[in-house]
Formats: sequence, structure tokens, C-alpha cells
Amino acid sequence: MKIRSIKLSIEQKKTIWAYFFLFVPLTFYLLIRIYPTFSSFNISFTDWDIVSSEKQFIGLENYQKMVNDPVFLKTLVNTFRYVIFGLPVTLVLSFIIAYNLNKIKRGLGLYRTLYFIPYMTSLVAVSWVWRWLYQPLPLGFFNNILSFFGLAQQPFLQSTSQALPSILAPTIWVEIGFQVIIFLAGLKAVPEFLYEAADIDGADNWQKLFKITIPLLRPTIIFLVVMGTIKYLRIFTQVYSMTFQGEGGPLNSTKPLVLYIYNSAFRSFDMGYASAMTVVLFVLILCITLIQLKVLEEK
Amino acid sequence: MYNSNSVKSVGGKMNKEKNNKGKLKRTNSVVYVLLALGGIIMIFPFVWMIATSFKQPWDVYNLSIIPPEATFNNYIRLFEGSNFPRWFLNSFVVGLLVTFSVLFFDSLAGYTLCKFNFKGKKIIFILILSTMMIPTEMLVIPWYIMSNKMGWVNSYWGIMFPGIMTGFGTFLMRQFFQGVPDELIDAARIDGLNEFQIWWKIAMPLVKPAISALAIFTFLGNWNAFLWPLIVISKTELYTLPVGLAFFSGEFQTEWEMVMTGASVATIPVLIVFLIFQKQIIKGIALSGLKG
Amino acid sequence: MKSFFSLLLVKKFLQWSLVFVFVLAFIGMASAEKVEITYWQYFYQTKQETIDVLIDLFEKENPDIIVKHTTFPYENYNTKVAASVPAGVGPNVINLYYGWLPVYIGAGYLQALPEDAFDPEMIEKDFFPLVSAAKVDGKYYALPIAVRSLALIWNKDLFKEAGLDPEIPPKTLDELVEYAQKLTKYDKAGNIIQAGLTTELRGQLHHWVREVLIRQFGGKPYSDDNRKVTYNDQSGYDAFTFFTDLTEKYKVGQVGFLTDDVTAFKAGKAAITIDGSFRIGTLDKLEKLNYGVAEVPSHNGIKSNFASFWANGITSFTEGKQLEASIKFLKFLTSDKTMELWLKNIGELPAKPSVAFKEENINNPKYGPFIKGLEYAHATYFVDEMPQRQVWTDAYDMMTLEGKTVKEAIDTIAETEQNVLDKFYSNK
Repeated sequence: MKIRSIKLSIEQKKTIWAYFFLFVPLTFYLLIRIYPTFSSFNISFTDWDIVSSEKQFIGLENYQKMVNDPVFLKTLVNTFRYVIFGLPVTLVLSFIIAYNLNKIKRGLGLYRTLYFIPYMTSLVAVSWVWRWLYQPLPLGFFNNILSFFGLAQQPFLQSTSQALPSILAPTIWVEIGFQVIIFLAGLKAVPEFLYEAADIDGADNWQKLFKITIPLLRPTIIFLVVMGTIKYLRIFTQVYSMTFQGEGGPLNSTKPLVLYIYNSAFRSFDMGYASAMTVVLFVLILCITLIQLKVLEEK
Repeated sequence: MYNSNSVKSVGGKMNKEKNNKGKLKRTNSVVYVLLALGGIIMIFPFVWMIATSFKQPWDVYNLSIIPPEATFNNYIRLFEGSNFPRWFLNSFVVGLLVTFSVLFFDSLAGYTLCKFNFKGKKIIFILILSTMMIPTEMLVIPWYIMSNKMGWVNSYWGIMFPGIMTGFGTFLMRQFFQGVPDELIDAARIDGLNEFQIWWKIAMPLVKPAISALAIFTFLGNWNAFLWPLIVISKTELYTLPVGLAFFSGEFQTEWEMVMTGASVATIPVLIVFLIFQKQIIKGIALSGLKG
Repeated sequence: MKSFFSLLLVKKFLQWSLVFVFVLAFIGMASAEKVEITYWQYFYQTKQETIDVLIDLFEKENPDIIVKHTTFPYENYNTKVAASVPAGVGPNVINLYYGWLPVYIGAGYLQALPEDAFDPEMIEKDFFPLVSAAKVDGKYYALPIAVRSLALIWNKDLFKEAGLDPEIPPKTLDELVEYAQKLTKYDKAGNIIQAGLTTELRGQLHHWVREVLIRQFGGKPYSDDNRKVTYNDQSGYDAFTFFTDLTEKYKVGQVGFLTDDVTAFKAGKAAITIDGSFRIGTLDKLEKLNYGVAEVPSHNGIKSNFASFWANGITSFTEGKQLEASIKFLKFLTSDKTMELWLKNIGELPAKPSVAFKEENINNPKYGPFIKGLEYAHATYFVDEMPQRQVWTDAYDMMTLEGKTVKEAIDTIAETEQNVLDKFYSNK
């Protein structure tokens, strides 16, 4: 009997420590993030335009408008395209790069810096340079290469079908820097002695990769998948800087949801509508994240 | 120098090792070359950005990487005419303070969500994750109203407070703490360390790569923040770098050579922070404790 | 002896201290009488400097007023101003783009300029008619120091090269097309390497379509009360066909050529551009660029132009002594003297004909054509500039990327823009 009561007490002690550790962060998030989020959600039921002192309650009007808004629906499609085409490519490329970076011994610092530079470089500079690369002849680098091989030049950013992939390219290119660093951190956390033991057992590189590396990288991979999904679903500044004055064109073909929200809020001053779309985005991301965590964290 | 032909030596195991190492050497050269090529693609806009910062205004659209009439004028203009050194300092101080705060709180919260079991753990985790699901642009107005009421406008604290803890960092650390063996923690408990000491002395050193990564990303994120500092600050001397640099984008004209100059100088500190912290990522973890 | 001197010294000291204290108190009291008002505008080097000079002059004439001057980056200036409203923070006198006035006035952010100081009839007499864009329900809410308009700018060297007289610009739309065709150069594959005319709707050209071309082809962009879109008729179709023909039929220009109009013209790769008066400052910096300025081409004998301006208004929460001071400051800002200085320093055109039409201004080779254009210029009454601007780029893309006819494109965008207008006027 005595032993049992001591055992419970240790568990209780730990729980108290847990709540103690989480107290400040939770308070912070509730006050600074959750509470403003809810007041933003509340605004979705009004027609507030930021500069008026009254907010008139209009019920579900914003949501009805949203469902019938072809631009909103287009931005949803675009956003999903960014995720579905962007994330897997980024993950695979980043892993390949990180895996190989991890193998080399000399100049690791230099190489790693090289691959991180796109992520560090100011987005304004990155966008400006890529827009130049996509220019039509006689200036555009890509079109010059195409014409060198006798291929027709491409409109890239000026085409409703090519614009989105054209913006995705620099986005992936930048995001690789981020994912490579995280992958490297994860790879470094795999203990050396496991590889040495595998060597003794005569395992080759592929076996080591699939039996040791990837399983041990699981928490890292889960992080990058969940985080990457959220990031791509929230894509905004990249499109804002690659299209003229953030218009998300041509003809809304590159406009993601967050850009539409931003324009509605801060250009058209339609805060109510922007808030309604924010609610939808939030619910969307929450559901997808929950499903991902459930599936991926299954032991 | 290893040569795959010298496999014919004594001992099977030794042979296998040599063979593997020979293969490794060849693979390595290919890898080096490919990575180098990739690296050139990666670095291209960065180089162009720097090159443009040395160009005269009329050469900005000139395609050559070498400026036809190289000049330091843009840098002089940036340092003299504007409040650039002050903006630089502001960004640096804010970035540093926020990074330390994030490293502390996010690691602690991530550790707790990983290594403890308690009621509401899942909900709290989802709650913290959910803070990442709303674009910060939609929060600037509530934050501004709040800052105004509390007297936080036009201050470092005003710029900092939304970012001193993040769901991103908490999630990252939670994942990486999973690699810390529970046995180590239990052993430390038996040795009489309290939970805080266990976290600080035992767990934290084992996740150095993650901490370095978090430090880099947090610093970078704060360094580049634009909208919130713009809203909360109205005194020119308190602006952060991106806001200050926005002065060079006018109503009908963007002075690209100035924008690139500002961008070039803005990238340098991040490069330095990165170079400092990325060494930590190389070091990895010493698991001699576990072996013995 | 010593003690006598020290007594005298002490006395003197006390006397002077008293005087000093009185003087301080007087200054203190005088300062306490001073009224402080705040002025916000967006940052533009010469504008900031000029306002500082003007404030110095104003404060000398009005020693009981202090004006605090704050500037914000142009980017997101509107966001910054808007965000300050729910927080209850703001200036007394504020500089706003005229296109934002409908929203701010509708929200009650600005107060109507007191009629005893700013008589609407006087304003109508003294200022260019385009300033009526700042008028709501017969009351004026803001006044500009300066305005901007469009003109045709041409590269004299490229004209000479193409065998055209470098001093004679095209005067009609037909001449414009003719000249542009002679000035366009192509490479072997048929790509444009020198544009005869810049054709970027995203720059200033959507204004050209809306306020100039549509009128020149016999129509009007909006009804007189600004509430209805009226360009979805034959005149609108004809006007936009003319525009799209430039790139599609005559091939004298290309969207996105050298990234944008200004870049192309500055680089000497575009021969003619239609741009605003604000461009002159930039062009002057390029020593090798030899350019001329002329009025926007006419068509069917019709001349039209687009003008825009940033106006100064007084916020609605300004009252009492601050309101008095703000009124004085606003009057000062919109005086003839200020407008002269503004033109000299910044190159923005005076908002009053009395100043603009002075000999030296109207005959100025660079600013003259812009000023002449003010006489027949219109300032579009924007209620939400972004979508209203966007529809024209969309119409162009619909025709060139989706193969729609001009009627389909114009009818579609007319509906879109009408929805924007309806939404704005629905709760008025």
C-alpha cells in the first residue's frame, strides 16, 4: 500500500511540473494569439471596413457571398495546387541534398551555406531576379536557353497555365534551404554507432538508408510534412512579390487564398469578408493537420 | 589512397571495409560535383543582388553580372542619407532578444509536450499548433489596438511581443526531443535531479542541432518581419530594417539599385548568425554515455 | 570692503536670477499657449523636405502653432492609416490619395472643411474642376497642393533614327499608331527588341483607356453620379479594340516588355510612352535620355486626360484650438506661394489655374503639356481602386489569353465593376 501511494505521487509531481512549464507559454498563446483570432472570427459576421467605428452585424452574409464567389473558389484550387505540387518536390529534393551533404566531409560548411543562401536572401531580391529570368526574349534567361535549342519561347508568368508553376519554382528553390537544414539536424541525431554496427553486419548503403536512417528520421519527416503543408497552404509573400502589385494574376491563376484575404482586408478594406475567409482557411488547415498527425504518428 | 583493386589483402572484414571505402570515395567525388552544380544554381540570385548594389541607376537593367560602372554610391547613400545604422541595430536587438526567448520557451514547451504524460496534453499541443494556422496579417489590427491600450507602441517590446514564443519552435523541439532516450531521463530522476535540471542539463545538450536550426530560423524570421513593425512603430528611428528599406520604394518608382543594396547589407548579419550556428549542426551529439 | 562687495554681488545675482526666472516663466507661459498639430504624409524625399521648409515658414508666421510632421513608407501607407483608426490614433491634418477619399469620408474619418474658411464656391472658382473628386454632398473634405496628369513622352534620338522629325510628336491617335509602327524594331525571330509604344495597362495606361480613349470614341466611363458603369457600349468596345490592336494587330508593343513601361523607356528601348508628370524627375536624372513632352493625342477632335492628386484633409476628431490651427495650416498649404514652391521642388502641377497657367509654367517644355492637359482632365471617382484597376488587365488577358471577343470581355468586366460600385453605394 505504501509503495503504491509513492508511485502515484511521482506521477502527480510530474504533472505539476508539466503544467508549471506550460503555464507561461499557454497564457501567452491564449492572450496574444487565440484571443485576437477569435475577435477576428467575430468580425466575419459583420461588414466592418476597418475605418468605420461601427461594425454592423450581418450574420452569415459573408459566408454566402464566399460560396458564390468564383475568385474565392479559384484561390482554393490554386492553394491546393501549390501544396500538392510544391510540397512533395521540396521534400524529395531536400532530402536528397541533405543526405548527400551529410556524407561529405570536406567543405561541409561551405556547401551548407550555399544551399541555405536562397532562404536567407531577401525575398524582394529573389523575386526580382526570377522575374528577370522569366522575361520574354530577348532578355529572359530561360527563353534564351529555349531558343538556343530551337524551342519556342514560353510566356511563363504571362500565361494562365504556366504562371503558377513559374512561381512555384522559386518557392521550392527557397524552401529547400529550410528543409535541408532541418533534415541535416535530424540526420545528425542518428547515432553513428548504428551505422558502424550495420557496416559490421555487411549492410550496404541502401539498406542503411531504409532500415536505419529513414525510420530514425521519422519525427523530422513528420515535422516537415505537417509544417510544409501549413506553409504551402498559407503561401502569400512569394506570390505577392512575383506578381505585379500582388494581383495574383494573370486572371487570378496564381492567387492563393491568403493573398485574396490580404487584398480584401487591406486593399478593399472588406475586413468582414477577409475574416470569413480566414475562418475557412483555419478550419481547413486544422482538419488537414489533425488527419496528418493521426495517420503519421500511429505507432 | 584506397584503390578498389587492393581488396586482395588480409582478412575478409578488412577487405569489405576497404572495398566500401573505395566505393565511397568514388561516390563522394560525384556527389561533390553535383552538389557544387546545385550550389551554383542556389547562389545565382544572391550574386546578382550583390552585383546590382554596385551598379549605377541606369545599369540596373543591364544583364551583365559585372557592373559596367561600379560604384559605392548606393552604399554611401544608404548609410548617410537614411537612418540605416539605427534600423540595423533595432533589427539586431529585437532579433536577438526574440531568439533567446523562443529558444527558452519553445524548447521547454516542446520538451514538456514530448516527455510528459498528462491530461489535456493532446489538446494543448493542438492548441499551440493552431496558432500557426491563421495568417498574422489578420492579427495586426487587434495587436495594434492592444499595444495602444498598453502603451507598447513605439518600443522594442511592441515589435517583439507577438513573436517571443512560437508554435513552430514548440513543434520542432517536440519532434527532436523524441530522440532523447527515456532511460537517460529516468536515470537522472533517480539521481535526484528535478525536472527543470533534467531538461536543462540532460535533454537540451542532446538536441543541439535542433536548437541551432531554431535559432537560425527565428532570427531570420524576425529580421525580415515587415508588416507588424510598420504598424506598431511611427518613429523613424525605431523602424526595423525591412520597414526602413521600404522608404526606397516610392509611389511610382522603385529604386532597384537601392533596394538591392539594402537587401545585400541585410543579408550579411543573417549570414554571420548562420555561420556561427551551423557549426553546431555539424557537431551532432556525443552518445558516449549510452555506450557505456 | 570684502563684505560690501559680496553683498553687492549677491544682490546683483538675485536681481538677475529674478529676471531670468521671469523670462523663463514668460517663455513657459508662451509655450503653454502653443498648439501642437500633427501632419501625416507618405515619404518622398523632396516632399518631406519641402514640407519641412513650409512648416518652418508657417511656424514663423504663426508662432503659437507647432506642426509635427511624420512620414511613412509609401508601401502600405493606406494600411498604416487604416490601422490607426480603430486604435484611436491619428494626426490632425492628413495627406491621402484622392482615390481613398470615398472610403474615408464615408467612414466619417475626415470632417467637412468649415465653409467659412473654405467656401465651396470659392474652391470651385480657384481650383481645377478635377478637384471635385474630393467633394461629397456638396461639401469639400480635402484639398490638394498639387495634381498630376498624363502626357505623351517621346525619345527624340529614336525618332531621328527612324527618320522622323525629333521635334514633332504624334498629335492624334492615328498618327500615334503610324509613328509607333515606324519606331518598332524586331529581331530575326520576330520578337520586339524596341517598342514603338509602351503598352502596360498595369502602369498608367488603364487611366488612359478609361478617361481618355473611351471618351474619344464617343462614350463615358461612368454615369454622372458615378454609380453606374457606362462603358459597356459600342464606344467602349471600340476604345478597347483600339488598345488591344496596338499589341495584337499593329504589334508596336508588348505586355511586360523589359518588365514595365518606365524601365523600357528609361533604357531607351521604347520610343513613346504615355505617363504621368511624376515621371519627369526620374527621366531628368538620365543624362543620356533626350526626351520631349506633348499633350496626349486627340481623336475625333476630342481631347481628354486623367488627373490624380493627393489631398490634405482634417480628421474628424480634431477640434477646438487644434482645429483652428489645422485650418490655418491647410490654408497655408493650399496657397499660391506653396504651389509655386511645390512645382519647383517636386515637379507636381499646381492645383490652381492661377498658378498653373502662369506664362513660365504653361510654356515650360516639360510641364507645359501636362498643365494644358489639366483643363480637360477628369479624376476618376474610385471607390475601391484595386478591383477597378484590375478589370482592365483582366479584360486584356481575357482577350489575349482566353480568346474572348472584345464585347464578351468588356461586358464581363462591366458587370464585375458594377458589383463593386453597388456594394459601396448599397449602404449610403
